[in-house]
Parts: sequence; structure tokens; C-alpha cells
Amino acid sequence: MESDPLERGAEISQPRVIEPGYTISTVTDKISSIVLGQRTRPGWFLGFGASFLLLLILLYAVTVLFAIGVGIWGVNIPVGWGFAIVNFIWWIGIGHAGTLISAILLLLHQKWRTSINRTAEAMTIFAVLCAGMFPVLHLGRPWLAYWLFPYPNTMWYWPQFRSPLVWDVFAVSTYLTVSLLFWFVGLIPDLATLRDRARTRAKQIVYGFLAMGWRGSAVHWKRYEMASLLLAGLATPLVISVHTVVSFDFAIAILPGWHTTIFPPYFVAGAIYSGFAMVLCLAIPLRKFYGLEDFITMRHLDNMGKIMLATGLIVAYGYMMEAFMAFYGADIYERYVTLNRMVGPYAAVYWSLIALNIVIPQALWSRRVRTSVGALFAVALIVNCGMWLERFVIVVISLHRDFMPSIWLMYAPTRWDWMTLLGSIGLFLTLLFLFIRYLPMISIFEMRSLVTETEGERT
Amino acid sequence: MHAEPKTPLDVQVIAANLKHDGARRLWRSLEELARTPEYDAFLHDEFPNDPEKEPKPARHGLNRREVLKLMAASAALSGLTACTKLPTEKIVPYVRAPEEVIPGRPLFYATSMVDRGVAVGLLVESHMGRPTKVEGNPDHPGSLGASNIFCQASVLTLWDPDRSQVVLREGRISDWPAFLAMAADLRANFTSTKGAGLRMQFPKAKWYTHEPCGNYAARQGARMAFGRNVNSVYRFDQAAVVVSLDCDFLNDGAASVRYARDFANWREIETPRAQMNRLYVVESTPSITGAMADHRLPIRCGEIEIFARALGAALGLPLRGASSAVPDSWMKAVSRDLQNHRGSSLIVAGASQSPSVHALVHAINASLGNAGQTVIYTDPIELSPENDSLSELVKEIEAGQVSTLLILDSNPVFTAPADLQFAQQLLKVSLRIHCGLYDDETAELCHWHIPQAHFLESWSDARAYDGTVGIVQPLIAPLYHGRSLHELLALFTDDIGESDHALVRDYWRREHSQPSAEQFGNLWEKTLHDGVMAGTALPALSPKLILDYGKLPDVPAHNEQSIEVVFRPDPTIGDGRWANNAWLQELPKPLTKITWDNFVALSPATAWRLGLTTGDVVNLNIGGWKASGPMWAQPGHADNSATVTLGYGRKRAGHVGTGFGLNGYLLRTSSAPAIASGLQIEKTGKTYLMAATQIHHPIERNNQQVEEESENAFARDLVRIATLEEFRKNPQFAREPEKEVATGLSLYPPFKYEGYAWGMSIDLSRCTGCQACVIACYAENNIAVVGKYEVMAGRDMQWIRVDNYYRGSLENPETYFQPVPCMHCEQAPCEIVCPVGATLHSPEGLNEMVYNRCVGTRYCSNNCPYKVRRFNFKLYSDWVTPSLYGLRNPDVTVRSRGVMEKCTYCVQRINAVKINAEKEDRLVRDGEIQTACQQACPAQAIIFGNINDPDSRVSKLKHQTRDYSLLAELNTRPRTTYLAKLRNPNPEISST
Repeated sequence: MESDPLERGAEISQPRVIEPGYTISTVTDKISSIVLGQRTRPGWFLGFGASFLLLLILLYAVTVLFAIGVGIWGVNIPVGWGFAIVNFIWWIGIGHAGTLISAILLLLHQKWRTSINRTAEAMTIFAVLCAGMFPVLHLGRPWLAYWLFPYPNTMWYWPQFRSPLVWDVFAVSTYLTVSLLFWFVGLIPDLATLRDRARTRAKQIVYGFLAMGWRGSAVHWKRYEMASLLLAGLATPLVISVHTVVSFDFAIAILPGWHTTIFPPYFVAGAIYSGFAMVLCLAIPLRKFYGLEDFITMRHLDNMGKIMLATGLIVAYGYMMEAFMAFYGADIYERYVTLNRMVGPYAAVYWSLIALNIVIPQALWSRRVRTSVGALFAVALIVNCGMWLERFVIVVISLHRDFMPSIWLMYAPTRWDWMTLLGSIGLFLTLLFLFIRYLPMISIFEMRSLVTETEGERT
Repeated sequence: MHAEPKTPLDVQVIAANLKHDGARRLWRSLEELARTPEYDAFLHDEFPNDPEKEPKPARHGLNRREVLKLMAASAALSGLTACTKLPTEKIVPYVRAPEEVIPGRPLFYATSMVDRGVAVGLLVESHMGRPTKVEGNPDHPGSLGASNIFCQASVLTLWDPDRSQVVLREGRISDWPAFLAMAADLRANFTSTKGAGLRMQFPKAKWYTHEPCGNYAARQGARMAFGRNVNSVYRFDQAAVVVSLDCDFLNDGAASVRYARDFANWREIETPRAQMNRLYVVESTPSITGAMADHRLPIRCGEIEIFARALGAALGLPLRGASSAVPDSWMKAVSRDLQNHRGSSLIVAGASQSPSVHALVHAINASLGNAGQTVIYTDPIELSPENDSLSELVKEIEAGQVSTLLILDSNPVFTAPADLQFAQQLLKVSLRIHCGLYDDETAELCHWHIPQAHFLESWSDARAYDGTVGIVQPLIAPLYHGRSLHELLALFTDDIGESDHALVRDYWRREHSQPSAEQFGNLWEKTLHDGVMAGTALPALSPKLILDYGKLPDVPAHNEQSIEVVFRPDPTIGDGRWANNAWLQELPKPLTKITWDNFVALSPATAWRLGLTTGDVVNLNIGGWKASGPMWAQPGHADNSATVTLGYGRKRAGHVGTGFGLNGYLLRTSSAPAIASGLQIEKTGKTYLMAATQIHHPIERNNQQVEEESENAFARDLVRIATLEEFRKNPQFAREPEKEVATGLSLYPPFKYEGYAWGMSIDLSRCTGCQACVIACYAENNIAVVGKYEVMAGRDMQWIRVDNYYRGSLENPETYFQPVPCMHCEQAPCEIVCPVGATLHSPEGLNEMVYNRCVGTRYCSNNCPYKVRRFNFKLYSDWVTPSLYGLRNPDVTVRSRGVMEKCTYCVQRINAVKINAEKEDRLVRDGEIQTACQQACPAQAIIFGNINDPDSRVSKLKHQTRDYSLLAELNTRPRTTYLAKLRNPNPEISST
């Protein structure tokens, strides 16, 4: 590990990835006690209760949606896609940080990722679940959503493979499957730990069942390592491909403001940007609440801040190029769309996006901001809002004034739109609260190996 | 079939009848000879065994439908235990099938629809006895195969579940026999008093007429000019220069269907050498005719009389006091143009203008030698042309002279001028009987209400604008036991108990006394078949002009700053009688594109001066008569003038039309039925949201108010325009070769269209923007109505829309219309993005929509650059109301929630014709397929056909130099293309 530049850097100036004074057993105690502790903390009930209320709002909104139709939302002609698609891209983007942390950083041997990868992966799965819900909800006839899958049927009828929406189905379902597998495989050794430490019969059975007979033998570890490397290898291209495919939903269309070759890289960068912002938004309160400052250290926060800064700059470059190409090219429609974003009826949204996504995050250049938990949390929240606005700008503002001025119209979300958005956050948080209560939110066995390694460094 | 005993056959009657009719007569059954009621019913029932007919009340006990229902219900009940067995339903075949009915094939019958006394000939499509679609009758001079929005929408009124369905007596359900008994008493009473009753039997009976938006001024004007009643028939086909004085001849009234055709024929320019007519319009409220004008002058409606005098003076008539605010150069140019076209020019005046303007117009036409050339005078087409006599009626009621009032097909409680206080006066009449289609405001105040039969349910006759007689024949037995006015009036005459069929037929039998019964029978059959009685157009007269210019009443003095108010029928719901017609309510008003509401229209400058913005609710007060409603700043409106359209604010119209809008009748008095001055407008501070299908944002550009959307539309060359002179210099002006993408640029080889390749050409020069196409599309394609709030949300379902764009300053902009149906792109952007393949291309080039397959991602709509796709965001189609089942076109799917839909080029019509052609082993002939929009279009602006056939009309149009594609640079290769708009401005008038 001496060769790891980040680790070397840590010696010089940076805080550690794990605070000293931990042994293998204290690490295990500390993390597993959150799960196995007999008493649930009242704060958890509070948070879970609030999230569950939001989830109930979602259920209500979706029930009404199924009963009446997408007409309860603000979508119209010309703005055929509204909040549902905005939310879809936003959630999918958020998921990307988890995969990036667990797969790409694993392949790059970035050991500092250990303490955040489990939460980040869980976040990925929950975000993809939230995301995956929206394309189904936004269908006119959601009960026929399975027609987008190439399933065998008596009519020999296939999906229309030229449509990016079909590619989306493959991209998102693959993504969910791989992420779920990756996450679950990573959980197996820890589930075995929990099984061994559980004191109630029920927990022993459930964790034992989920641990799939893990005994920690060398063969098990060998297979485990191989499986996680393979899955990481599978997941890595997904980080790039999923949001690229999502961006094709727009880039393939002929609509000015959508039909842009810059979309794939700019969507991927945006996804990672928002994903890291979300990880920060979750990690900061969690480490505070559960006293995990020693595991999720300032080093982690600092690193994530830097990644946000870098991806944020890529996103800013994307915006710049979009605007530049609109004026550099001779297309009057493209030019109008860009001008309409900047000075049209939704100009406030566009300029808020620029402020939230580009101007404010420049604060991350400052080490003081990156090492201040509060400031970092604020920037992360702002970036999350900004990235949501970015999708709004792309989806709605491009649609509301396209080729034919006679059909230009404004889009206004209804209360059902807002309820569905809030409700999806509720679904996400509910799943997250269940996760932190019932599964180890930090990988115990990887932390154990980190303890050994850092001890080795110090001696 | 019925449970009741049959009338026994009376052999003596049969023998007597046989003897009486002798050998001349062929008879089919003993029942016929005996003239039993059953046989009469069978004879007069258009489709006696029609299974679609509504079940009748238990008059005859159980009828077949009810028996079937009960059987089905009991079967269902007995099957309930099994849960899986479907109820048994028996199908009963025709015992005697109606002639010519082939299940699944429509039949067409000729009839006529009357709008304000003038008939338009129609052909009505009937599916198994259900009238579903109205078309113009090509043999009828007032239609020539086209129709207008009201004709198209009339079929919805027929099936309207809100139509009154039972006889009402003091608001309670009664029945026809009860009314008959009352009528018999009444008749006996009349006989004894000789008094109130009908004129023939009862000489003291009086007949009053009331037409809220009738053209009484024209009749008075004719009497002023000629000393007698005449009917003016305009020959727009002969008129090279037309001056309209506030006359919306392209859209208002039944004759407009024909006039629009004649006018548009001048506007189709195939070669640069062709001639084109020129239209000058002087008007206060922007109208469709004004939008078609080559020169439009917005002046206050009340000042048009001054203009008319000035024009008369400029043309050499001895008129005094003729000074007008109109620019002198304008006046000179117009008068010179008219003088250059003596005998081929035409001046027309609108219903808002005073009788003296109409008289002056007759004089000007006479002085230009137009009488007999472009304007033909005939005897009036009404039997007895009278003035609106509602005020006389009110006077007589006040004097206690009216004991019994029959109100026939009129709703004066709603439409009467406010100062008559008609509702209060009506209550003074001791017996009030109303017959109308709806249980409306007047019905509410009457002792008796008789449901009137719709014109598609009854027999009658009517004259077209030129006097040609058309017979109104029923397509279906009255749905709700409605009675025709003939039947009702017959109760008070010698014809008591006669059917409307017998009455109408006997009248024409008497009129044709010469031919034998057989000959008349043939003539009658032919008339019914053709829809017109040949050779009944009224002969031309040459009435002598007796107008004394000196005796013309002075033009009412007007104050520059006071605001006048002009009352006009609403462009889509007329005088209010169409208020419950949801198609017409949802049809955007031409120009403003507002649906479901009316408003006070002001010019932008006047609105600004009063501190008002569009949507502000204002209180209107004119001489103490008050109303309030929203204001709309309408580009091109005359300053210091307000327009209020009548017909809204109904209190008892039905579920669709009740309870919203501004009631203009509250402001209208009998002394000023068209124009009133001294309107006070007061801002209330409230605002009101109106639902428009097209948004227009006024913006400031170079110190001029222009319109943002239109500016962009012209920057994008969506509407291509040239003057006739420019076109002659550069016939290729509409072509933009740099924008046309070479077809070879695709990676894929182009699809070769063998056989048919359907295409459409829309001539913007011909299109008047009347939107008959939109309503025709509603009727043909079972399009759902969504309601005001859904329109506001941007979800109207119209498959074809008529866009309008303004060019120039909003004070008096040029207005352009553009009908936009689906373009049926050869490289359709919608098709490649649909994930389930629900929208596909046919080998004939149609862009097809498979409703069953659609899951509703709406991606196709997002990717459609023309935004012609419409989505069922909710369940918009009415799947519940039984009467609307009958309305639907059985050849078109009724769409459900969550699917996309759009123009299909009326694929059902294409296939019907193709199947027929294949059976006859031939190709489809050019013009054999007409899309619904094309067929309805009065101006014939839409032409559809096979573009693979170089000789087809559509191919030839597409080869004209004016042909262009919308957004061609996107390489969608639309099958619908446009012919660029040409205008013919007078070079002497430079301003516009």
C-alpha cells in the first residue's frame, strides 16, 4: 500500500480514512451494534416516521393517478413529459455515485471508499428503484408497461428497438440487477457476522438465511474476491452507459434543446455530480447521528467535495458548449431555445440552475469549505436542487416552445406532481432508514481489513 | 311485435278504398288498403324495425328491446351462481328489412338545415338508421357539397342527452294526449271567440317573429331603396373588387357556405398570369372576412355609415355631409378601383349596419352597374318578410290583448332585448305554450312545453339563399317523441292530426297542380333524392331604385371618446341556440382562439387607455343596462369600440352550456339592437381565466406592438406570403431550395411507394379560417370534448387545428390562417421513438396510429415538430351516455384513456373507397376519397389524393410553384404540403 498516492498524501496533510485506536473487534462492535442493538433509537423512529408519511403521500398520489390518469399532472401538449421524467433522470443520476464508489474506486484500489461504499450502494439501489417507478407511472396506460420488454407472445410482437425508451428499459433494468447483486454479494460476509452475533432466534434465522452459509473459509474469501471483482468490472461500464442511454432519450429526438451530441458525457458527469452530492447529504447526518465520525472522516468528505468540484466543472463546460453551439451553429430553432432558456418565461429557473449548479459549488475550491461539515452539506443540498432544475430545464423548457409557435404553451406542475416528487423522496428515505436499522451501513469486514492496514502503516 | 291488439281489418273500408283509388293504385297489403294505424306507423317510420331506436315508454306495454333486456337480466341472474356464464342475448333479425340497408354500410339522405331562415342543403350519413355525419349536398346551390360549423355540429345536437324529452305541463312531466286534449279545448274556445288562434281559421290571430341576430336592417334597407322587399343574391364569382362594410359574408349566415366558395375560386392562382379578386373590408370587429381582406380598415361600427356616404359621394352619388375619418388616399384608391370594375365590383353591408347603409349600398351597386351582374335581386325567400315584432308583441301583452301565446322554436326570455323585460311580460299571458329543442329559459316560464323534433327527425321545407327549394326529410324517428312545428300548428288548423310528412308533401302537391299524381310522385321522389326541387331558384328581378338621398336619416352624431358597443352573434355558438353543443363550445373562436367563453373585445389601445389588460373582469354599463365579463384586447379591433358576442350567459341551456359567459342580451335594447354608444367600462380588479388553444403574446418591438409567436412563425417561414405582383415577378418565391434537404442524404434507401401514395395540399390563399374542417373532424373521427379546464391545461383533442398569425402592428395586423393536420411525414420523427411500435408507416405513406398498442409514453408527441398529436390524458371520451353511442362513427375507434391519437387522413374513408374499387377491379379515381375536412371546407382549400398519380388534382397542386412543406429543413418529408398565401393589395394604397 506504500505505492498508493492517496495514502501517501494522507501521511503528509490529509486526515486519515479511519481514526486511530480501533481494533478489529471494536470496529465490529461499533458497526454491528447499530443493527443488533435491542432498542431502536427514538431519533430513528422520528426520521422513519416522517419518511413513511411522505411514502404514504406517494401511495395516495399514485392511487389517484391510476384511477384518473396522467391528466392529474401538469403535462400537456406540447410538454408531454414533465415532473415524472425530470424525477426519473434525477434519481437515476443520484444512483451513479454509488456505483462509481463501489466499482470504479474498487478497481482503482481507492481504500478510502470503504466506509462510504455500502451506504452509497444502498443509495444507488433505492435511487434506481425511485427512478424506475417514474417511467411506469408516467405512461398513459401503466398496466401495459411490460410491453416495453421483449417477452415472448403469441403475436410475435417485439418492442420497437429503434426507440431510446427501449434502450432505457435495458439500461435501467441491467443497472438495477447488477447493483443489487453487487450490493448483496458485498453484504454476505457482514450478514454472516450479524448472524453470529445476533442474540434473538429470529435475527439468527433471517441473517443466517441471507448469509447463504458463509463461513469465512479461504475458499469463500477467494470466491468472494473474484465475484466482487467481476461484478465491479460489470458495473463499471454501467456508470458510463446508463446515463448515456438516458441522455439518448433526448439526444435522439429532433427537438431543439434535446438534439445535442454533448448530452452523453454531460449527463454522465451530471449524474456523478448529483450522486456525490446525495452521498454527502446522507453521510453527513448519518456519521453525526450514529457517531461514525471516526469511520467516515473528513478525508472522505474532502475527497467527495473534490469529485463534486471536478464533475461540476464538466457540467459547467457542458452548459457552456450547449450555449456556444446554439450561437455558433446556424440553426434558428436551437438558437431560440437557448435564448428562451435565458430570457424566456422560465428564465428564473435557468438562472437558478446556473447559480445552484455552477456558481455556488465553486466554493468547493476552498479547503475551508471542504473541511467544514455544515458548508459541505449545504453545497451538496444546493447541487441536488440544481441538478433537479437542470433536468427541468432540459425536459420542460425545451418542450414548451419548439418548432411551431402556434402550439407554444406553459407548463405548470400540479399538486399531484409535487406530491409524487416528495413521495419518491419519502420512498427513498424509508428504504434508507430500514437499511440503516437492519443492515450494516458500513462494510464491517472491509473496515476490519482497513484497521489492519492502517495499523501496519503506523507501526 | 307489440303486445297490444291489432286494429281489426275492416273489409268494408278496404273495399271502399279499393274502389276509390281504382286501378291506378298498386297496393301491397290489406293493412295498407285499410289504412290501419299500424300501417301508417310503419309507413311514416323511416326505419320501422330499427334496433337502435330508443326504447319507447311503456305506452304499448313491453317492447322488444325491453323484453330482450329483461330476458338478458333474468339470464344474468340465473347465471350468477355459476359466475362464468355470460348472459344469453338473442339477436332478432329484421322481419321486413328496410330497403337498401346493408349492415355496416352507411346510407346518405338529402335534407336541408335552416339557419336564420336560409337553408343549406345537406347529405346526411346514416349508419343502420343512425345519422352520424352531416355533409354538404353537392347539388344544392347553397352548399355545393360544403357546409359550415353549425351544419357539422347539428348532429351532436340531435343526440344531445340534454334535449327536452317529454311534454311538460307547469314543469311536471305530462304527455302528448294530455296536450291534445288541452289543444282541443283551446280550439273550441278559439272557434267561439274567433280570437286568438291561427290566421286562416282564426282571423284575429297574430304572428310575431323574433330573430335575435337576424338581418332585419337589410330588409328595411331594401324597402328604402326599392320600396319593396327583395332578396339580394351576391355573385362573388363575378366580382373582381369587393367592398365589405362590416359584412362577414365568408362566415356568417347560411349563404356564406356558397359565398366562400365563389370568393375562394378567385384566390386560386395557378399561373402568374391569372387574375385575382380584391377585397376591401371596413369593420370594427376583426372577422374572418376581415382576415381575408387585401385591405382592412378598422373603424368604429357606427362610423361605417359615414364611410358609406363618403364612398357614395366619391362615386358620384348626390350625398351631403360625407366626410369621414378614413384617409383620403384610401377612399380615392377604393373608389377608383371600383370605377375601374363597373359591373364586376360589389359592395356588401353587414347586419350591424343601419337600413340607410343597406339602401346606400343598393344605390352604389346600381350606380356601378353591379345590379343584375354581381348582385341579383329576387323576391324575398321568406313567405312574409317582417320586422322583428317582439316589441309589438310586448305592447299587446301589456295592453292585455294576448290570451294565448305559442312560442315556436324561439327562446325570447333569453334573447329578447333587455328593455322589453320579456320574462315579466310573458307571465301576464294566461296560456303560454312553448315548443323547442330544449327545456330552456322560456320553457321554464310556460305552462306547456312540447319537445320539438330536431330537423333530422322531421319533415319540412326551406329555401336556399337564392330561393331554391329543399325538402327537410328526417333521418330517424324522433328520439324523444318530439313534434315538428308543422304537427303542432296543424292542431289549430283544418289539418289537425296530420303528420308533418303529409303536410309538407300535400303543400308541394298543391303547388304543382299541373302534373298528374304519378308525375308528382316522381318529382317528389327526385326532390327527396336530390335534396333540391329543380328549377325553383327565384327569378331575377330588376327593381327600380327609388332612394331619395335627401331623405336619408342623418348619421347619429357620435362622440370620438365615447365607446360604442357592437352586438354580434357568437362566432361558434350563434345567438345562444348552440350553447349546449360541446363541439361548438370547444371550437376556438376564430382569431382569438378562445374556447368556452365570450368576452368584451377592445382594441389594445383602448384597453391600454382604460388601464385594462386581457382577462380583467369589467363592469359594463350602457344607459343603465349592466353586465360584467372579461375583457380581451383584440389586435385589429377598432379603437373606442367594444364588441360583445351574444349567446353566452345561458341559465338553462343544459349541462354543457349553462352558467358561464357574459350575457350580451342584458345590454341590448330594442332601440339599439346592433350598435349602442356611450358604453361605460369599469375595472373590477378581478381577473378571469379564459381557455385559448393558441397563445398570443403582445410584445413591443421598434415602438410597435407586435405579437411574439407570430414574429417567430414568420421568422421560421411557416406561412409564406407574397402579393400578386411579387408572385408574378418571382413565381418561385415559396421555394427555399437551401432548406430542402436532398433525399439522397439518408443512409437508408428511400422506400418506394408502389400503388397509392396519399397526400394532401392545403391552399392558404383559399382558406378562410372558418374551421368547418375542425368540426367535421370531430364528427367523423369521434373526437372527444375535454372541457374548458382541460383546454386551459393544453389538452384539446382537435386533430386539425387552424393556427392564426398576425403580421405587422397589432393596431391593424394582417391575419393569416394555417390549418394544421398531421403531415404524414415520409420520415416521421414520431415513428422511430415509439418504444412499442404503436405508430407505424403504411405502404401507402400513411402515418398510422395503433391505439391498442399504445402505452402512452407521449414520446411521439414530443418528437413531432408540428405537434399535431393529441393525448387522452384522462378518459375524455364519453363511454357512459347512451344517446352518444348513436352519434359515433362506427368505423372509427372511440379512444380510451392513456392513448395517443391524431389525424389519420380519414383512413376509414380511404379503405371504404379502396375496398369498393377493388371489388370493381379498378383503381381509386381521383377525388373519390374525400377526407372529412376536405369535404366540409366551403373554400375547398384542402385537396386530398394519390400523389403517385401525376394527373391527380393533388399532384398538380403539389407541382405548383407555390407549393412548400412546413419545416422542410427537418427532412421529415411531409405528405401534407401548403400552397403559399397570395394577397392582392391595391398598389395605390402603400400603407399595408
